[in-house]
Amino acid sequence: MKVYAIAINTFKEVIRDKIFYSLVFFAMLLLGSSVLLSTLTLGERSKIIEDLSLSSIEIFGVIISIFVGIGLVNKELEKKTIYIIISKPIKRWQFLLGKYLGLSLVLLSYISVMTVCYMLALYMYTNKLPWQTLMAVLLIYVELLVVTASAVLFSTFSTPTLSASYALALYVIGHMTEDLRGLAAKTGQAGVKAVLKFVYYFLPNLEDFNIKARTVHAIPVPAEYILMSVSYGLMYVMAILALSVLVFQRRNFK
Amino acid sequence: MIRTEGLKMEFRVGFFRKRVVALKGLTMEVKRGEVFGFLGPNGAGKTTTLKILMGLVHPTGGAAWLMSRPISDSSVKKNIGFLPEQPYFYDYLTAAEFMDLSGRLFGMRKKEREARAGELLDMVGLSGVKNLQLRKFSKGMQQRIGIAQALINDPELVVLDEPMSGLDPVGRKQVRDIILGLKDGGKTIFFSTHILPDVEVICDRVGILVRGELRAMGTVDELLSGTQVKSVEMTFAGVSGEEFSRLERMSSGMVTRGNETTAAFGDQEAARAAKRLVFESGGEIISLIPHKSSLEDLFMEEVGKGRK
Ligand SMILES: Nc1ncnc2c1ncn2[C@@H]1O[C@H](COP(=O)(O)OP(=O)(O)O)[C@@H](O)[C@H]1O
Ligand SMILES: [Mg+2]
Repeated sequence: MKVYAIAINTFKEVIRDKIFYSLVFFAMLLLGSSVLLSTLTLGERSKIIEDLSLSSIEIFGVIISIFVGIGLVNKELEKKTIYIIISKPIKRWQFLLGKYLGLSLVLLSYISVMTVCYMLALYMYTNKLPWQTLMAVLLIYVELLVVTASAVLFSTFSTPTLSASYALALYVIGHMTEDLRGLAAKTGQAGVKAVLKFVYYFLPNLEDFNIKARTVHAIPVPAEYILMSVSYGLMYVMAILALSVLVFQRRNFK
Repeated sequence: MIRTEGLKMEFRVGFFRKRVVALKGLTMEVKRGEVFGFLGPNGAGKTTTLKILMGLVHPTGGAAWLMSRPISDSSVKKNIGFLPEQPYFYDYLTAAEFMDLSGRLFGMRKKEREARAGELLDMVGLSGVKNLQLRKFSKGMQQRIGIAQALINDPELVVLDEPMSGLDPVGRKQVRDIILGLKDGGKTIFFSTHILPDVEVICDRVGILVRGELRAMGTVDELLSGTQVKSVEMTFAGVSGEEFSRLERMSSGMVTRGNETTAAFGDQEAARAAKRLVFESGGEIISLIPHKSSLEDLFMEEVGKGRK
């Protein structure tokens, strides 16, 4: 109930912000141009539409996750709105979880709107509606949930600029963990190996959520794989949120 | 209602982690049903004290209790209302939405929330603008919605940080009336301020905090009982000539308006002599007002002490 109250309030906060609309606007613009672009090329139109659309949904989703995510807690501290919340009978974990769920809800709306537009475009130009493309979108959403949780975690102990850099780094490195493992296998130096292994095990393996290429090339992805990836993502999110609560619990609000 | 014992707060600031001591062992008590004014100049440590009580910062020493329970026990928050200093609210919410959010955080049911929000918005005179976003609110309106949200749970203890700062005289009077209304309703009110004129009117007891130390605590009368009458103001008529000149020499200042003259005398002694003189010369005394030293004088004195 209290978590819900905070979540709804956070949803309103983002939805009533102009910045959010500009981001969605640009995402739409990119989506539209990918469709236009596809008419100019010789290749298979559906592939180009799918490829570009999924990528733009993901990129703008990540931008929203990181930039809104780090602001979630920070804005409350900066504007001191947190004083009125924390002085009421709500636990800090309820507050943090509410903030997170609020943004997840925003991302869900964003993804839904984008997906509807994308599917319409796809259907109009190709007369096909591959179900796997929906799964690709689902996994993008789970990835966004992981990135958002990380952004929230960083923002509980760091400045906005640093948090954004950390979250961005996590996103980039998270997509290269397989390469890191390969590198770890090859390197001779024990220290470097240990660091690479650590990164491999502790950073989220974001490539797991990437079935875009397979989707575009119509290579089937088994349902178990999707289920596993979703569970992996959700577990990762819970772990990060638990850590964030631990950090947030100790904070002084100045 | 509120008790603190040896409350200490130290901040570390800047690159060299320089120590800033905001509270040097504060021990005080606020009793049930009273209006307690927590006075002190800027930087005295008032906000820090209130933030500790509300669980926003953790003290570096000492202990505090709210309604006989340690502040770490967050269950007391159910019965407390808090208005932070220079409050910022979610400016994208309307007044009604904000009140609703506040009610939800107390776990109140929808019906109860709506009824209570309506009542309070009425009380602070904002029911006409309840669907306006808070970003469009003036400073005075913000302060009043802040008080309204602090009362949503019908708290026994109301804690207000500088509820009157930044308000014009009309706004200050509104806040003052609200506080007095709460007192009539049996609430305990603990508020900080550096604006003194209002304090004497509404506070049962006051504490004066200067640079993290409590310098005085008690009723306004108790605090001022030790102080002397500072000056006497006498208004008279019907005195002229030599006697008038003598009165003028005795007084520390004189103003004549029409046939009435007002003169100020430095102490009771001079005032008595002047009174006799007016009678003897067949004049008439219209009024005689002794001025005791005010809370403001005491305050300035306490603030001044540590400087030496
Ligand atoms: N977050 C903080 N970091 C460092 N110093 C602080 C902080 N908050 C307050 N102080 C210092 O503590 C002292 C008391 O501040 P405060 O409680 O805000 O005073 P008041 O509310 O009486 O004006 C001041 O010297 C202030 O600079
Ligand atoms: Mg203050």
